Amino acid sequence: MAEQSSFQNSIIYLDGVTVDYDGFKALNNLTFMVDYKELRVVIGPNGAGKTTLLDVICGKTKAASGRVVFGQDVDLKGKREDEIVALGIGRKFQAPSIYGFLTVWENLDLSLKRSSKGVFATLFGKSTAGERARIAENLETIGLKDYAHTRAGSLSHGQKQWLEIGMVILQDPSLLLVDEPVAGMTDEETEQTGQLLQSLAEKQAIVVIEHDMEFVRQIARIVTVLHEGAVICEGSVEKVQADDRVREIYLGRQKVAH
Amino acid sequence: MNRAGGTAFWVVGAILLLVMPLLNILPPEDSWFHLSDFSLNRFGKFLAFGILALGLDLIWGYTGILSLGQGVFFGLGAYCMGMHMMLTIGKESVYGSDLPDFMVWNQVKELPIFWKPFYSFPVAVIGSILVPMAFALVFGFFAFRSRIKGVYFAIITQALALVAWLVFNRNDTNLGGTNGLTDFKQVIGYRLSEPGTQRVLYIITVLCLGASYLFCQWIIRSRAGRVLVAVRDSEKRVVFSGYTPANYKLFVFVVAAALAGLAGMLYAPQVGIITPAQIGVLPSLEMVIWVAVGGRASLAGAVLGAVSVNYGRSVLTNYFPELWPFILGGLFVLVVLLFPDGLIGMMRKAKSLLSRRKPDGGEPVVPAEKAAVLEGKH
Repeated sequence: MAEQSSFQNSIIYLDGVTVDYDGFKALNNLTFMVDYKELRVVIGPNGAGKTTLLDVICGKTKAASGRVVFGQDVDLKGKREDEIVALGIGRKFQAPSIYGFLTVWENLDLSLKRSSKGVFATLFGKSTAGERARIAENLETIGLKDYAHTRAGSLSHGQKQWLEIGMVILQDPSLLLVDEPVAGMTDEETEQTGQLLQSLAEKQAIVVIEHDMEFVRQIARIVTVLHEGAVICEGSVEKVQADDRVREIYLGRQKVAH
Repeated sequence: MNRAGGTAFWVVGAILLLVMPLLNILPPEDSWFHLSDFSLNRFGKFLAFGILALGLDLIWGYTGILSLGQGVFFGLGAYCMGMHMMLTIGKESVYGSDLPDFMVWNQVKELPIFWKPFYSFPVAVIGSILVPMAFALVFGFFAFRSRIKGVYFAIITQALALVAWLVFNRNDTNLGGTNGLTDFKQVIGYRLSEPGTQRVLYIITVLCLGASYLFCQWIIRSRAGRVLVAVRDSEKRVVFSGYTPANYKLFVFVVAAALAGLAGMLYAPQVGIITPAQIGVLPSLEMVIWVAVGGRASLAGAVLGAVSVNYGRSVLTNYFPELWPFILGGLFVLVVLLFPDGLIGMMRKAKSLLSRRKPDGGEPVVPAEKAAVLEGKH
């Protein structure tokens, strides 16, 4: 699968990665790659290794074997989470993880990429006009312009998810990892989230994990199907849905289409 | 803090700094308005505790890290100042020796080497802040580096308080053992028995409290202060936003230790005695109760809690000395269950009920889900 030409163009390349949880192989010799500015959707039944895939990329889980290559030649194995963030990989968690006590603006301000995030830099640092403009622009993008000074804890579930996406974008990642963004959202919120991710994909590569096939059809260009820690099918939504093995896996557990 | 909070700061400051000492000096002793030397001195002690409470609020209320060892840092500050005052007793001591009485009693012939720098008043003042800071830096470095958090951090800081209590209790530590340091006579030439000296100490305490308050407020309002709150709300997100939470925790732990040390330094000359009983497990727990009662994540609440709980203690122990531990414990349970935002939260609620507005827009209160005593979420 790892042809030389596509490897050269990939922003993230997992080569034969295995993650072993006490004998259970969450990822089993997995090879996976995403191109620059690609919007990739990863689907698969529960326990297929989708979240583990993101965990390995952002350094939360260590791979037992294999390589995780970011960009041309940066090996992510053995790097700390904050180092990986600094390299340009942002992570949006499944459950909204935001700072409920702070305002939406303060949430975004803390997430903004800055040259130093040390204690003394943040004690004495002041926001520049450029930074404020970026935050204002971001508020527009995520549709929370009217909530800048609302405490994030009192936002709706969907708004919290957008806020976290906005926070991750402000770190200027070249790769954005998004774990089940529309779980628990209303249809309208799901639609808006899809548009948001599509517009973001014009600037950065995005890997989205999703269950909701409606949503997958809305945003996906290429879909990767994981099963038991390995890729079993990759291609357009139509191709994946027509694949016999995918049907078999899903029919045994849950249906592909709702 | 909003503009109203700013006004409140200066009003309360003026009352503490001017009105209270004037009520002590001007009205004749039999007047209704007279504030006795005893009361002023006692109030100075409460305000010193308020400084400690500010630090504890930074680390617990804002950052969500429960430290059950603040008494240790308080004790280090108080002992530094106490050692200096012991050395300035000189020949006035019971045994008439240059050595502190307890050393004569314990047949220590020569002043231990670690006592010698404390002949100097500046060393004692700076030491009472730097020694707790240095201690917190080393302890915190290892604790936070090892990612100890939640209940586990609370337990090891409590163990620290126990260890400190044991060490200070020993006679061969040469810090006065169980009896601690006492019988102080003077500080930089001023007699501690003089009401005037005590008045000046009171005023210095008020000024230190005001400066500490503004310092804490500056931290809270900076971006670093928001990172502290963010660590409490979602440490995982903080890591993935490119911060190193361990460094922020260490910073706030060291600041809290400095404030505790400063409180101890002001406490020793005003109370005239410092013993291991004031620095162990129980006093450290009481300090947590001050902040819980006053209102976590509110600087004014922390000071209010320290003053009101200690005032309550001082009044109630007069009437029901054996009941005080039960009252204190009951108070804590009551606050945690019914008023998670403490006195400050109740005041805000009352204010918003009176003005028939939702408590929105003002200073945010700690949400009720944060009420769990031991931060232990996730």
